[in-house]
Amino acid sequence: MRWEDQGVLLSVRRHGEGSAIIDVLTAEHGRHAGVVRGGASRKLAPILQPGAQLAMSWTARLESHIGTASVEPLKSRAADLMQDRMTLSALNSVCALLAFALPEREPQEEVYAATISLLDMIGANPAWALAYLKWEVLLLEATGFGLDLTRCAVTGSTDDLIYVSPKTGRAVSGAGAGDWADRLLPLGPALRDGNTADPGEILAGLRVTGHFLETHLAPSLGNRPLPDARIRFLSALERRV
Amino acid sequence: MSDDTRDIEALIDLMARLPGLGPRSARRAVLHLIKKRGPLMVPLVDALRNVAENARPCLNCGNIGTSDLCAICADETRANGEICVVEEVSDLWAMERAGIFKGRYHVLGGTLSALDAIGPEDLHIPKLLDRVATENVREVILALNATIDGQTTAHYIADQLSGDIAVTSLAQGVPIGGELDYLDDGTITAAMRARKSF
Repeated sequence: MRWEDQGVLLSVRRHGEGSAIIDVLTAEHGRHAGVVRGGASRKLAPILQPGAQLAMSWTARLESHIGTASVEPLKSRAADLMQDRMTLSALNSVCALLAFALPEREPQEEVYAATISLLDMIGANPAWALAYLKWEVLLLEATGFGLDLTRCAVTGSTDDLIYVSPKTGRAVSGAGAGDWADRLLPLGPALRDGNTADPGEILAGLRVTGHFLETHLAPSLGNRPLPDARIRFLSALERRV
Repeated sequence: MSDDTRDIEALIDLMARLPGLGPRSARRAVLHLIKKRGPLMVPLVDALRNVAENARPCLNCGNIGTSDLCAICADETRANGEICVVEEVSDLWAMERAGIFKGRYHVLGGTLSALDAIGPEDLHIPKLLDRVATENVREVILALNATIDGQTTAHYIADQLSGDIAVTSLAQGVPIGGELDYLDDGTITAAMRARKSF
């Protein structure tokens, strides 16, 4: 078995004295692991930092084996992002959530493209926090828990959509909410229209996506807690608000 | 394995578990020790026994020593108001080899890691905050590795430290003897950003 692909490094752990096991979200092969010989060496360790974009070549005798990966750096992001706590915590959150949510070896082309686009924006584009929120919405959709925010689940109306049902992830209008309004999640402009970069609105949107990550996605993955990295990112964003 | 070589094989097996040694190099090392029994093997056994009996982490900083307080923490001249925070004892020893830092240290015992589920409570961060409050600390130097995990930990500690304490970190850039052509682009980026007037 042998293939070549590009990917974003999600995590790396040492394997023995000199090698490393990498977890990479690839463009065509989904989340994929591999052993990098010499991955803990002085030459390769700086390249194998989470968020790095790599050209990866994977080889194994059988498809079920973890296989050996050789990598070439395409783009390093660590130096750009680790100077600032917001951008660093966002990078950590992206990598941790992908490793948390995605199954291994299942192609996720849309998630991959959105992840590359988001990582390129973080720190470089002022609207990156909003892009992060949209990325979490896409991640929910890719894992089978997409939100439907286009029309009211009760009345079918497309106006006055100000709530989200915490059970179904569907939008609810003010008129449709009725007596259940206090049990619904708020649907702010960042999540509804996706065109505001106000940190407070983005944070409110992330609390909604966080609800679905925690109560819908996590139980489907064996009730693992959400990664601390996401909690730290929200704390950093909260401090900015 | 015959009875008369069983002990030697057991020693080779143990040596082969050490970092940097495999079965072949462990065999060479054991053979060398047997040949140099008087000048090398016996003192090595004594030294190993002493360390096994006495080595323990310093109650204050986490360095390894042979008493409750390591030599650095026991030295009053090093209480200069500076604490250098490092990940592991090996980092502390590297700093001491350089001989440039004259204050005290604090060993975290690792870094925050989402992958390994290491949170702040698993590191010696609460102890660091205690020390900052009680040791008249003016500056905390975050000498953590220039990795994503290292810098995540550095930002977390900086957030926890408040008041008039200066929080600094090591510079990042071109190593002494380094050639630009062989540096990764992340290091070059960091070096370019940290450039200074010449």
